[in-house]
Amino acid sequence: MDAPHSMGTTIIGMEYAEGVILGADSRTTTGLYVANRASDKITQLTDNVYVCRSGSAADSQVVSDYVRYFLNQHTIQIGKAASVKTAATLVRELSYQNKSFLETGLIVAGWDTHEGGSVYGVPLGGTMLRLPFATGGSGCSYLYGFLDQAWQPNMSREDAEKLVVKAIALAIARDGASGGVVRTINVNAYGVERNFYAGDQLPLFYDELAPRPTLIHF
Amino acid sequence: MTKTAIDLPPKGGFSFDLCRRNAFLESQGAKMPKFRKTGTTIVGLVFKDGVILGADTRATEGEIVCDKNCEKIHYLAPNIYCCGAGTAADTENVTDMVSSQLELHRYATSRESRVVTALTMLKSHLFGYQGQVSAALVLGGVDVTGPHLHAVYPHGSTDTLPFATMGSGSLAAMAVFESRFKEGMTKEQGIEVVCAAICAGIFNDLGSGSNVDLCVITKGGKEYLRNYQQPNPRSYTHSKGYHFTTILSSKIRSLRNHVRVVEGDAMEEE
Repeated sequence: MDAPHSMGTTIIGMEYAEGVILGADSRTTTGLYVANRASDKITQLTDNVYVCRSGSAADSQVVSDYVRYFLNQHTIQIGKAASVKTAATLVRELSYQNKSFLETGLIVAGWDTHEGGSVYGVPLGGTMLRLPFATGGSGCSYLYGFLDQAWQPNMSREDAEKLVVKAIALAIARDGASGGVVRTINVNAYGVERNFYAGDQLPLFYDELAPRPTLIHF
Repeated sequence: MTKTAIDLPPKGGFSFDLCRRNAFLESQGAKMPKFRKTGTTIVGLVFKDGVILGADTRATEGEIVCDKNCEKIHYLAPNIYCCGAGTAADTENVTDMVSSQLELHRYATSRESRVVTALTMLKSHLFGYQGQVSAALVLGGVDVTGPHLHAVYPHGSTDTLPFATMGSGSLAAMAVFESRFKEGMTKEQGIEVVCAAICAGIFNDLGSGSNVDLCVITKGGKEYLRNYQQPNPRSYTHSKGYHFTTILSSKIRSLRNHVRVVEGDAMEEE
């Protein structure tokens, strides 16, 4: 119970034809205990930019709070919506300049008028890398090969969403530190849409049994 | 060429592989590490009209129960209370500090305090101390935006949940919550579930014990139910009370010499 709150996690950010889709699992662990089985790891930075958090829960919450505050001021100063690149750069600045104190892997994604949908990965040391799709957290190890094969440019919204959900379900199946439900956020020119996939709605893979009704009587 | 041992598959049950080595080290003078629990079962739950906070009342100093009936539900604002687990000094002081800050904030803004304000103050203080302030809190209250319940961890991370448990008894209490929690319970149902969760911690965790404290916060106000349940009464007392041998003689001698002040001011008033 004394271990720091950390998010084992599987997080994904992915570009598709009209925008981006962010996806995450919902497990937060303290050592081997699941402290929160329904956490929301996708945090809003502005109306059009969201960030997926992984690593230390405290560090990632504080970084996203600071960036939200700076972007709020910045939006007022420039008089229009901030770009995804600006948001990612601010996240990178905090991560890199404080690299000896912080332990966070973040994926910044959103939609803006300059670039359309864009995804930036900001992993542990404070690198910033624009990518067509980015993964993070302990579960991402299991997804590199799968996404290299399955991701296509200019997918439709339905296909991209299905791919994100399938990827996170695969990572949950093999990574003990990821689990719970799958949350996705879809950001494009028309706005933001949140989705929620409960555990029993996820696809099943090799050797997995279908969930059965609970034996607990209420 | 050395002989290599063939690894047998483990047979199951306890593994005594390190016992001989530990015994040898102890014989050489090394000290075996002691188990130290921070104790406590604290819970919070959102029901139809607000939040209910619950806590046990045992304070431990190592293996000794130093306080059998301490108060773990701390006041933050008239509409916000906070249960504290971890080092007692840390929880007491951090909640007192935030309570003062909230009061000043109320005077500056002329408004009722919001739970997220208390949350941000606690979060930034705990993060700044990088987990050295060992306070794990369950923060609950009702403000203009509705009922809120948050779990705050020593490193400064927070979770917003419909039901939360913390402390060494949190696993026992969470088991009760996971099987009996429902959205939109009435006050009576909520109190029953919270009491069951705290009792699970009291009876199954060595770091928790004694009585159940509750605090029910609604839009209308709060009810601080100190010692709502007392499932551990002192059953070993004599019903007629204790008395000892009759007094044979008594002699009372004053320990203070009466000093008459001639010049100057007297130190104390007689």
